Amino acid sequence: MKQKLRPMEVFMNAVFFLCGLIAVVFVLFISIYLIISGLPAIKEIGLVEFLFGTKWASTAAEPSFGILPFILTSIYGTAGAIVLGVPVGFMTAVFLAKVAPQKLATAVRTAVDLLAGIPSVVYGLIGMMVLVPAVRKLFNLPDGASLFCAIIVLAIMILPSIISVSETALKAVPKEYEEASLALGATHIETIFRVSVPAASSGIAASIVLGIGRAIGEAMAVIMVAGNVANMPTLFSSVRFLTTAVASEMSYASGLQRQALFSIALVLFLFIMLINVVLNSLLKRKKG
Amino acid sequence: MKKTLAMLLSAALCVSLFAGCSGGSSSTPAPETTTPATQSQTAEETKLSGTVVTNGSTSMESVMGSLIEAFKEVQPDVQVQYTGSGSGAGITSAQDGTADIGLASRDLKDDETGVKQITVAKDGIAIIVNPENPVADLSIEQIAQIFTGEITNWSDLGGSDGQIVPIGREAGSGTRDGFESITGTEDACVYQNELTSTGEVIANVASNPNAIGYASLSAVDDTVKALTVGGVAPSEETVLDGTYAIQRNFNFILSDSTELSDAAQAFVDWATSTEASDLIAGAGAVPVA
Repeated sequence: MKQKLRPMEVFMNAVFFLCGLIAVVFVLFISIYLIISGLPAIKEIGLVEFLFGTKWASTAAEPSFGILPFILTSIYGTAGAIVLGVPVGFMTAVFLAKVAPQKLATAVRTAVDLLAGIPSVVYGLIGMMVLVPAVRKLFNLPDGASLFCAIIVLAIMILPSIISVSETALKAVPKEYEEASLALGATHIETIFRVSVPAASSGIAASIVLGIGRAIGEAMAVIMVAGNVANMPTLFSSVRFLTTAVASEMSYASGLQRQALFSIALVLFLFIMLINVVLNSLLKRKKG
Repeated sequence: MKKTLAMLLSAALCVSLFAGCSGGSSSTPAPETTTPATQSQTAEETKLSGTVVTNGSTSMESVMGSLIEAFKEVQPDVQVQYTGSGSGAGITSAQDGTADIGLASRDLKDDETGVKQITVAKDGIAIIVNPENPVADLSIEQIAQIFTGEITNWSDLGGSDGQIVPIGREAGSGTRDGFESITGTEDACVYQNELTSTGEVIANVASNPNAIGYASLSAVDDTVKALTVGGVAPSEETVLDGTYAIQRNFNFILSDSTELSDAAQAFVDWATSTEASDLIAGAGAVPVA
């Protein structure tokens, strides 16, 4: 029997629909705005010159706008953060989900949640005041602000998302799988790494992609520890990321320089879209 | 038990929050008292209305910002507009009449005719090093050589052995533009670090014994050491009397041929009077009035 539609129901349906629409509208608006304002500079500079030029001198008498240093820095920085952060985050997740006693797990989980809640400017500030001088002394460098510092800060920043998503995936593994493994004579650790982790692999992969997304989009913490000079990246040189390239020059930029900053934002946006597509396909595979 | 503790803690937090507020307000009355004074003075003057178009130097943005903000109190019906387009464009706009007042953070050149300049403020840029650094004095040439990468070790300058770390501001910053144009190092500086605020430059220099940076004179505190340049210590007095070399003028550029509107004349008179001195100092420059 068809239920009679009450006016209140219809009204609330409309409200929910509108709320849902807001997100869609904003995503569309931002995408279109970025594309429209990002393309003119690329057209003027030339796509190849823009993406693969190695020199960025936006305010020079003869300006050049090559963002390859920024792209490489963003890729290296994110890769470095993943290399350092994923093993630690993954092991922590295994510890929390499978190994740790209840009380200890609760304490660690609280700490991880707090870590996730720390604003990025605080990471940057502590990085600038503590990490940068420490790196300078430890490696006997003239100055500590470098890609290396940015990698360490980013690695710590992506830990919470890796830990919590991986832990959820590990906990979702059906108990029967593990019981069967144990019954066949495997040890506890063997069971975790041979049964639970493979079963949770797509969730763990999703956590890594999420970490990549967070690392590549971070600006505030990075701008305070990376030095911000448009060098081609090496581990201990002062470098500028895609995000910080936009953030550091936007306030005074004008003309082609300003348009080029929008183009950098567009490139960053495409990177993050790509990561989202990968994330979505991973999550779909998990369901299927 | 837990609930009571939580409530107690949040109560303590609230109290400390208010304590912070009262502490803040007790230290602010100094600038507040200046506003009523200017208001009562201007009440006697005639009310003007109209639009004043200013155009030019981006370095003057913060000075112009606070002047325009405060001028709203003096003449509420006068709208002063500011466009940052660079000193050259500011002078051109005063010459061709597209702006009432051109803004230039340098003096007029001989071939820029038909206009006159009125200096509203001077901008002193301090060269700062870590307090541990034994070097106390540099010449402009040495500073230029450091920032272009010709001199790379402090021992070449009489300091202790250590690679020099030049720290600068981001492209487009007024301080960077000022520093590079005065030292003649435009587009030639090799920085180790490009930071986006004066505070960050000072913090970085304070934490690195081999660093050298530049910052607006008014922002320099005792966590860093300001070098003497050619034997002259940077201070408001040495900037005003012109002995400190790393400084430049903030100028209003006015047309010789066309008469200023009453509103524009009022703004120029007020900005160059002692009434605006505190505002100019607050924006990081040295007032000349």
